[in-house]
Amino acid sequence: MMASSYSAKEEDGHHSGSAGLGGAAIRTRKPDNTAFKQQRLPAWQPILTAGTVLPAFFIIGLIFIPIGIGLYVTSNNIKEFEIDYTGTDMSSPCFNCSQSFSWNSTTPCKCVLFFSLDQPFESNVFMYYGLSNFYQNHRRYVKSRDDSQLNGDQRSLKEPSKECEPYRTNENKPIAPCGAIANSMFNDTLDLFYIDPNGTKTQILLIKKGIAWWTDKHVKFRNPGGSNPNLTAAFIETAKPVNWHKPVYELDIDSENNGFINEDFIVWMRTAALPTFRKLYRIIQKKNNMTPTLPRGSYSLEVTYNYPVRSFEGRKRMILSTISWMGGKNPFLGIAYITVGSICFFLGVVLLFIHHKYGNRNNSSDVPN
Amino acid sequence: FTKLNFSSTVEEERHVRANDRDYNERFSYADNRIKTAKYNVFTFLPINLFEQFQRFANAYFLVLLILQLIPEISSLSWFTTIVPLVLVLAITAVKDATDDYFRHKSDQQVNTRQSQVLIKGKLQNEKWMNVRVGDIIKLENNQFVAADLLLLSSSEPYGLCYIETAELDGETNLKVRQALTVTSDLGDDVAKLADFNGEVICEPPNNKLDKFTGTLYWKDNKYPLDNEKMLLRGCVLRNTEWCFGLVIFAGLQTKLMQNCGRTKFKRTSIDKLMNTLVLWIFGFLICMGIILAIGNTIWEQKVGSNFWEYLQWKELTINVVFSGFLTFWSYVIILNTVVPISLYVSVEVLRLGHSYFINWDRRIYYSLKDTPAEARTTTLNEELGQVEFIFSDKTGTLTQNIMVFNKCSINGKTYGDVYDEFGRKKTPCVDFSFNPLMDRKFRFHDSSLVEAIKLEEPLVQEFFRLLALCHTVMPEERNEGELVYQAPSPDEGALVTAARNFGFVFRSRTPETITLYEMGHAVTYQLLAILDFNNVRKRMSVIVRNPKGQLKLYSKGADTILFDRLDPSNEELMFTTSEHLNEFAGEGLRTLALAYKDLDEDVFDEWMKKLLFASTALENREEKLGALYEEIEQGMMLLGATAIEDKLQEGVPETIACLTLANIKIWVLTGDKLETAMNIGYSCNMLRDDMNEVFIISGHTMLEIHQKMEILLSGLDMEKTELYSSDSVFEETIIAEYALIINGHSLAHALEADLEQILVDVACLCKTVICCRVTPLQKALVVELIKRHKRAVTLAIGDGANDVSMINTAHIGVGISGQEGMQAVLASDYSFAQFRYLQRLLLVHGRWSYYRMCNFLCYFFYKNFAFTLVHFWYGFLCGFSAQTVYDQWFITLFNIVYTSLPVLAMGLFDQDVNEQYSLRYPNLYRPGQLNQLFNKRKFFTCTLQGVCTSFILFFIPYGAFLTAVRDDGAHISDQQAFAVTIATTLVIVVSVQIGLDTNYWTAVNHFFIWGSLAVYFAILFAMHSDGIFTIFPNQFPFIGTARNSLNQKFVWLVILLTTVVCIMPMVAVRFIKADLYPTQTDKVRLLQQTSRRQGPQEQNLRRVRRTSSRRSAYAFAHQQGYGELITSGKNMKVPTSSTSTYPLSSPARGTSLVKNSVRIARC
Repeated sequence: MMASSYSAKEEDGHHSGSAGLGGAAIRTRKPDNTAFKQQRLPAWQPILTAGTVLPAFFIIGLIFIPIGIGLYVTSNNIKEFEIDYTGTDMSSPCFNCSQSFSWNSTTPCKCVLFFSLDQPFESNVFMYYGLSNFYQNHRRYVKSRDDSQLNGDQRSLKEPSKECEPYRTNENKPIAPCGAIANSMFNDTLDLFYIDPNGTKTQILLIKKGIAWWTDKHVKFRNPGGSNPNLTAAFIETAKPVNWHKPVYELDIDSENNGFINEDFIVWMRTAALPTFRKLYRIIQKKNNMTPTLPRGSYSLEVTYNYPVRSFEGRKRMILSTISWMGGKNPFLGIAYITVGSICFFLGVVLLFIHHKYGNRNNSSDVPN
Repeated sequence: FTKLNFSSTVEEERHVRANDRDYNERFSYADNRIKTAKYNVFTFLPINLFEQFQRFANAYFLVLLILQLIPEISSLSWFTTIVPLVLVLAITAVKDATDDYFRHKSDQQVNTRQSQVLIKGKLQNEKWMNVRVGDIIKLENNQFVAADLLLLSSSEPYGLCYIETAELDGETNLKVRQALTVTSDLGDDVAKLADFNGEVICEPPNNKLDKFTGTLYWKDNKYPLDNEKMLLRGCVLRNTEWCFGLVIFAGLQTKLMQNCGRTKFKRTSIDKLMNTLVLWIFGFLICMGIILAIGNTIWEQKVGSNFWEYLQWKELTINVVFSGFLTFWSYVIILNTVVPISLYVSVEVLRLGHSYFINWDRRIYYSLKDTPAEARTTTLNEELGQVEFIFSDKTGTLTQNIMVFNKCSINGKTYGDVYDEFGRKKTPCVDFSFNPLMDRKFRFHDSSLVEAIKLEEPLVQEFFRLLALCHTVMPEERNEGELVYQAPSPDEGALVTAARNFGFVFRSRTPETITLYEMGHAVTYQLLAILDFNNVRKRMSVIVRNPKGQLKLYSKGADTILFDRLDPSNEELMFTTSEHLNEFAGEGLRTLALAYKDLDEDVFDEWMKKLLFASTALENREEKLGALYEEIEQGMMLLGATAIEDKLQEGVPETIACLTLANIKIWVLTGDKLETAMNIGYSCNMLRDDMNEVFIISGHTMLEIHQKMEILLSGLDMEKTELYSSDSVFEETIIAEYALIINGHSLAHALEADLEQILVDVACLCKTVICCRVTPLQKALVVELIKRHKRAVTLAIGDGANDVSMINTAHIGVGISGQEGMQAVLASDYSFAQFRYLQRLLLVHGRWSYYRMCNFLCYFFYKNFAFTLVHFWYGFLCGFSAQTVYDQWFITLFNIVYTSLPVLAMGLFDQDVNEQYSLRYPNLYRPGQLNQLFNKRKFFTCTLQGVCTSFILFFIPYGAFLTAVRDDGAHISDQQAFAVTIATTLVIVVSVQIGLDTNYWTAVNHFFIWGSLAVYFAILFAMHSDGIFTIFPNQFPFIGTARNSLNQKFVWLVILLTTVVCIMPMVAVRFIKADLYPTQTDKVRLLQQTSRRQGPQEQNLRRVRRTSSRRSAYAFAHQQGYGELITSGKNMKVPTSSTSTYPLSSPARGTSLVKNSVRIARC
C-alpha cells in the first residue's frame, strides 16, 4: 500500500539523462530500484486510535470477567482439607515427637491426629504433604545433585559430581544419591484411617505410584545397571546418604518403584520454586460411583514422625484435595482474572469518556506546515 | 617502524643531499609509502582483541567470565556469558577487518602510482612508494606531485611553474612557483641534474602549508629557500610541460599527510549518553548487588543458620558477612544482563544498515556524474536527525562555480531574455557557427544580439570590444583555434568568453599589446596602461591605442561607482540602464556597468607623465596612483551593463527554505567577498527584501566591532523582550527576521574570548548568518564556537580542501563529491553530489535514523530490565542465594536469539511517517533537535516500565503457583515449571511490546517477530527433549518440563493474564498521550493514514519564488595585482616555435620585456 503512493517523477528526470547518453553497455553506480533498498517495502502501519484501543479494552474486560468467574467457581467447588501436624503446640499429639527428634535417632516416633470431614470427597482424592519455610530453592541446595548419577550413569555413581559436596562421599565411598537434596528427603510416613460412626478403624488404601511426572520416572531417573533387578548389586560400593535410615535400594520392595526410580524420591528431587510448597504424596482412588471416595466422618492420621523441621521453624501439613480441569484449589487466579477484567472494562469506560470529552477528534486538520 | 617515528619526533633540522641515497639513508627519513591501514594478517587478532577489550562493556564481560569460573560465587554457567561475548567480538572483528581491507586497497592504489625518478643518471619509472628523500623526480603536466619537492627547473622561463592547490587549500586558481636561478639553469639536462649534489638544510616536517624555510648549499654558495620554491604533495602541475624537483619530505612526513593527521573519532551525542547510561546501569547493578548481599547476610543470620541442618556448608558456618560478600558477586553475575552486552554491537549493526540505506538511495544519486551518496562514516547516522546548525561553503556547494554571461543591456536595450513578451521560450540556443573561434560550451538564447553584431552596430561592437580588452585574462592556444583562457576569476572568464563568441576574440597578449580577432580580422591594440582593480575603486580600466591611432579608455565596474563618473550627457541612458540593472539584480544576477572614453593625446601624455612620477613616489604611492586613476576616469560614456549568473546548484533555494522550516539554521562561510556572498545570499533566498534588517559587520579594530555588536544586541534584545511579553508561544514564528553578515577581518576579532559570547548571541538571533572572507581555520573556529556555546549538533558541508578543517570540526561533515578535488570528500562523513540532497539526508534518513535508534534503545533497556530484575524479586523468596529464575540456556539465548531480531528489524525498517510526509512537514524534524525521543528521562521511563514488567512477571505467577497442582494432581509449583512459565511469559510480553513499538510492519518484521516466537518454542522443546538429555544429562536438566507445564490450561491462563497486565497499561498510556496531547508526528501519522485510505493525492511541490529587487553591487570575484603581472610580462611564455601561429610575431619581445621592467616598478 505504500508503494502505490510513491512518486517516481524525480527519478525519471535523472534517468532519461543517463540513459540517453549511456546506451546499453555502460554500468552505472546507480543504486538498484528495489523496494528493499529504497525503503519502500509494503507494510502494515497500525496506529493506536480510539477505534482500536477502546474496543480492545472492552473485549478484554468482557472475556476476562467470565473466565475469572468460571475459575473462581471451579476453584470453590474443589474440596480441600489441610491439617498441620508439626507439633509445635503443647496440645498437639505430635509435640513429643517434634521435641525429641533428630536425624540420628533410630527409633521411630509415632503420633496420631484425629480429624473429621464435613463434606464427602466425591472424586479421586490427592494427598499432599506441605512444608513451609523450607528453602528448597536455595541456590546451593538446588545445585547439590548429580543428574547423570540419577540417570544411572555408572561413572557418576562411583565418582559423583563436585556439586554434591559435602554430601559427595561418606567414609570414602560415594554417596548414592549424592547431594543435599537427596540427603534431606522427606521421610515421614502418613497413614490414613477412616473411623466408622461405630468406632471401627479401616485403613484407606493409598496408592503411591503415578505421583511423579512420566518423563521424570521414565527418562530422567534411571537405576544404574539398566534393567538388572538386583539393585543391591548395582549400588554396591556406595554409601547411603547420611540422613537416610536405609539405603536407596531399600526404599520399596517393588522393583518398579525402588532405587532412583522410587516415586517419592523423584517427587522430592523436583525442587520447589517457593519456600512454602506442597508435594503429592499419595492418591486415593475412587472405588465406584456409588460411594464417595472419602465419605463424611471421622478420620485418623497416623504419622511416623521422622522429619525434623523445628530447627528452622518449619511447618508440616497433610493436605487432602480433589482436582478439576485447572488443577487444585487456586482462588488467586479466579480473583485475579475478575479484577483485571473489571479494571480493563473500567479503563475502557474512562478512556471513552476522556476521548469524547477532551479528545482531539479533529487533530488531523491542524497540522502546521 | 618505531625507530623511524622516534627519529622523526626529535628531528630538529633536516639534511637532504640530492642524488645521494646513502647519505640520506643515515637519517632514516620516512619513505614515500603511505600506510593508513591498522593491521596486517598476523597482527590483526591480537591488536583487534586488545582494542576491543579496551571498551568498557567488553572488559566488563571478560571480568564477569573470570568471576564465573570461581565455583563459590558462580551462579551461572560459564557459557551464559561466553556465547554472547564471542558473538559480539566476532561481529566487531569482521567489521574491523573489512574496513581495514579497504584501507589496504586504497593505500596500495596510491602507493603504486608511477613517477619518473632520476636514478643513476637515468630517468626510470618507479612506484610512488619507492621514491626516497633526496631523489630528483620529473613531473609532467597535469600530474599529481608525488612528495614535497624543491622545484629545481621547469619548462617555463625563469624556472616558473604553475600548480593548482585545490587539494590542499581549495583554491582553484593557479599559483606560480619559481625555481632558484642556479637550479633552473639545469633545465632538463639529465646529466647535469644527475650531477647536482646540492644539500638542503631545512625545517623538520610540519603541517604549515604556507611556510617553508631552508637553505640550499651548492658549490660553496648558500641560497635561501622559501615556500615559493616548493611543490607540495597533492598539488597538480598545470600549464607546465615538465619540471624537476628534489624530494624533501616524503610519505607521511609530507605537509599534506601531516595536515590530515588522524581524523578525530567522532561520537554522537547518543553514544555519549549511552556510555553514561551504561555507567548508571552499572551503578544500579552494584546497588542491587549490595541490597541483596545485605539481605543475604540477614537471611543467613536469621533463617539460614537454622537451616544448616539441611545445608551443611562448612565455610558458611564461619561468617555470614563473608557469605553476603560472596552473594554480592553472585548477584553481579546473574544480574549482568542489565548491562546489555549486545547493545553496542546491535547499535553498530543498525548504523551500518542505515548507512547502507543512504548508499542505496536512488534519490540522492546524481546521474550526470554517476555519483551515489556515500555514508563514509557509519557511526553518525542518528545525529543526522538532530542537526541544528548547518555551515555551508558557498563556491561549489551552493553554487556551481560556473559564471554564465546571461544578459546584457547595450545602449538602453536588453538582450538575453529567455522568454519573449508572450512568455514563449525563444530559440533554445544561438548559433555561433559563423565564428570559427567560438567556445562550444557557450549558450545564449537571444539571437537579436547576434543580428545586431552582424549589422555592425557601433555601440554593440564597442561593448564587446571593451569586454575583450578590459581584463586580466591570459590566453593559451595550444593548437590553432583551440583557445583556453586562464582567468583570475570566473566572472572575467565568462565575460571574455562571451565577447569571443560574439566575434571579438581575445587571442593573445604581450605586455604591450592585445590582439583581437574582430569578426575574423586580426586587430592589434597597444596596451598603454592597466588601471588595476582594487577594493576601494571597484572598477578596472585599460587605456589602449587602436590601429587607427585613437586613444581609448575602457572601464568596467560597479554600477554605483561608474555612474558617478559618467559624462552628464548620459543621464537618460543611465536611467534606462539602471532599470535594467534592477531587473537583472532581481533575478539574482551579478552585474557590471561598462563605459568608455575617447582620450585626447595631449591630455593622456600629460597624465602619463604624472603617472610615471607618481609610480616612483616613495610615500603614499597607492593614494597618489588612485587619485590619478580617478582623474582620468571621468566623463566616461556609458555603454551598457552585463549580467552574469553565478549558477546555483540545482534546487538550492528550495532546499534552504525547507531546511529553514525544519528550524535548522544555515550559516554560509565563504572565502569570497562580501558582495558576492551577499549576492548569493539573495539568490538562495537566505537574504530577502522583506527582512527587517541586514546587519553588516566589517570593522578593523576590536573596539569598533565590540561596540557595533553591543548596539545590535541591545536592539535585538529589546525586540525580543517585547515579543516575549506579548506571547511567548509565538516567539518562534513572528520573531522579526534579521540577517548578519560579517567579514573575516571582523570575525578574527569577534572570535576572541571577550567577544565570542556576544557574537553567538547576536548571530543566533539572526535568521541568516553569512561570514565572508574567512580562512579555512576561521571556518573551523566558527563551527567550534557554536559547538561550545550552543551544545547543538552542527553539520558542515563543503566541496574544497579549504572546507576540510570545518568538516573535521563539525559533528557531521558532508562533502560534495563528483568534483575534481577529493580532499573534502575524504575528510567527510557523508558525501553526495548536490547540495539539495542534504534535505533528504537530514529530513528523511536522519530523522528516521534518529527515530529508529531512539525507539531501539528504549526497547532495549526495557527488555533487559524486564528480563533481569525478575531475579531480584526472586531473591527475596530464595534466601538471597542468587538462584536464577530461568534456565541457564534461556539466559544465554534470550538476548542474542529470542529477542534480538525483532528489535533489529524495527531499528532498521521502522518508519513513523513516510518519506513524502517527512519532507512535506519539515517541522517533524524538531523532536530530534530537542532530543526528545531519547534522553535521560526517557531512559528512566523505559527502565521503570521494565522494572514494573519484571515485577508483574514475577508476582502473578508467584501468586498462581503458591498452591497450584496439575490437572492430574501432580505438583507443578517446582522450580523448572515456574521457570518455563515465566520465561514463556517474558518472551511473549516482549514480543507484544515490540509489536506495539513497531509502526511499520514489513514482511521482515512479521517474519522476525513470529519467527522469534516460533524459534523460542522450538528451542524450548528441543532442549527439554529426551534425546538431548540422554546425551548431556548434566547440561539439560530441564527434561520434560516444557511438555509437562505447557500442556496445562492453568499455565496458559497465567501467561495470558500476565501478558495482559503487562501490556494494557502501556497501551492506555500511549493512547491517552496520542489522544490528548498528540505530537506533530502523531498528527501527521493520522493524516497519512486518512489520506492513504482516500487514495494517493498528487501534492504540489513547494516552489520558492525569489522576490529580491536588490541591485547587486560590483561582482568582481577577483584579486588585485594581476594587471601588474601582465604588464611585467612575467607570466608570459618566451617565444617558441609556436609563435609563428600568432598573428603578431614579436621578435623583439625579449627586449620589450626588459623595457617593461620599468613599468613593473611603476605599478
